Amino acid sequence: MNFDWAVITSNAKFLLLQGLLGIGRFGGGTLRLAVPAIVLGFTVGIILGLARLARRPWIHYPATIYIELIRGIPLVMVIFWFWFLVPIILGKPVPEYWVALAAFVMFEAAYIGEIIRAGIQSVPKGQIDAATATGLNYLQTTWDVILPQAIRNVIPSLVTQFIVLFKDTSLASIIGMMDLTKAAQTVSQRELRPFEMYLFIAVVYWIFTYSMSCFARWLEIRMSPERIAAS
Amino acid sequence: MAYDFRWSVLWEAPHVTWLLDGFLTTLRISAISWIFAVFLGILFGALRTVPFRPLRAVATAYVEFFRNVPLLVWLFFWYFGAPEVLPEAIRQWLIHHGMEFCSAVAAISIYHGARMSEVIRAGIQSIPKTQFESGIATGLSLSETYRLIVIPIALRLIVPPVTNESLNLLKNSSLAMTIGVGELTFATRQIETYTAKAFEAFTAGTLIYLGLCLGIAYIMNRVEKKFAIPGLIARAERAEH
Repeated sequence: MNFDWAVITSNAKFLLLQGLLGIGRFGGGTLRLAVPAIVLGFTVGIILGLARLARRPWIHYPATIYIELIRGIPLVMVIFWFWFLVPIILGKPVPEYWVALAAFVMFEAAYIGEIIRAGIQSVPKGQIDAATATGLNYLQTTWDVILPQAIRNVIPSLVTQFIVLFKDTSLASIIGMMDLTKAAQTVSQRELRPFEMYLFIAVVYWIFTYSMSCFARWLEIRMSPERIAAS
Repeated sequence: MAYDFRWSVLWEAPHVTWLLDGFLTTLRISAISWIFAVFLGILFGALRTVPFRPLRAVATAYVEFFRNVPLLVWLFFWYFGAPEVLPEAIRQWLIHHGMEFCSAVAAISIYHGARMSEVIRAGIQSIPKTQFESGIATGLSLSETYRLIVIPIALRLIVPPVTNESLNLLKNSSLAMTIGVGELTFATRQIETYTAKAFEAFTAGTLIYLGLCLGIAYIMNRVEKKFAIPGLIARAERAEH
């Protein structure tokens, strides 16, 4: 078996521009999917985390059931559900990109919701009492007092979850969205060079996820209680 | 939304066997991969703590490279790419003996082995050093300290995170469908393709996964409570990706 690494350079433009960034006639793109999915998943996750801790049962139970349900099934299954349901609900065909985005946001939000819940529970109860005593209402207490502390406590777990989400976006290729994985699949079928192709995109994915995990480690050290106490 | 429900497709003649086969294949692929992953996890988790730098570097490289690349990419790599570099005879043998299954087991084991080793390492490192020191101080030998104190504590500490990671492995085994392994997700897709009854097929698949995951979580929760160390909140709980 002879390797032909030139296959990478000759297809780099398609792989990186179309596959990674989503610039080209196929749409899609790993980063174009991952970035909005992280932002929206985080937002929905905060709402879910708060809802899980709500005292009103009609908010608490649906959120809990939703989180447990999503966490109990594989992401592929969730993607297939969205692929099937979204066009039926909207009554018209929906591009793969939007199906994938909706599926990722709703899937990751369940995991992020659990992280946020842990963060909120790690905030001392006295903080709520103090906020209430100073006359803040529920929204102000949550937004200005609880959430900033809660999120700071769980930043490493959150970054870890974002890394997972970034890796998970490769599953969008299963429903045919043109991301980095799908681009590599397309090229390797044409060039018959699967070994070089998949190894190459493994390295590309790795560069992104590894830098994110270095960042997480750095944050963890910076945010550690000893460090904060010292400053 | 007009949709004609026909739940009977799930228990009609060939479909129910597909589901059952899929279910059993999911169990089989998860169980085999789990054994390899735990073995790799213990091996590399331990290697990352040895006082010999080159070994530590090899273990770190393995863990950091394999867990930071999507499993789907690894599946394609081990199924389409890796066999190309094998000698022709081995390749032919694999093709005739279920290469999909072997590649899927390789991909899932190596990927989850890397993740498992992080979980195990975190568990071992979360044991306070004083436990070890007080064992020695009370007159136990080194092996007794390990056998009677360090290992029992480590095992109990890592039950929750290892359970969590094992459930991830079970769920991730669904990706094996992409290289043609006839596991549960594959079976539900197959029923959907043959009958056009997506809602029913996906519901069946979803419920089976849910039952499996919740069942395992419930049992492990009981185990965890039974063996919990009094006065200690699970320290090793920090889930790694």
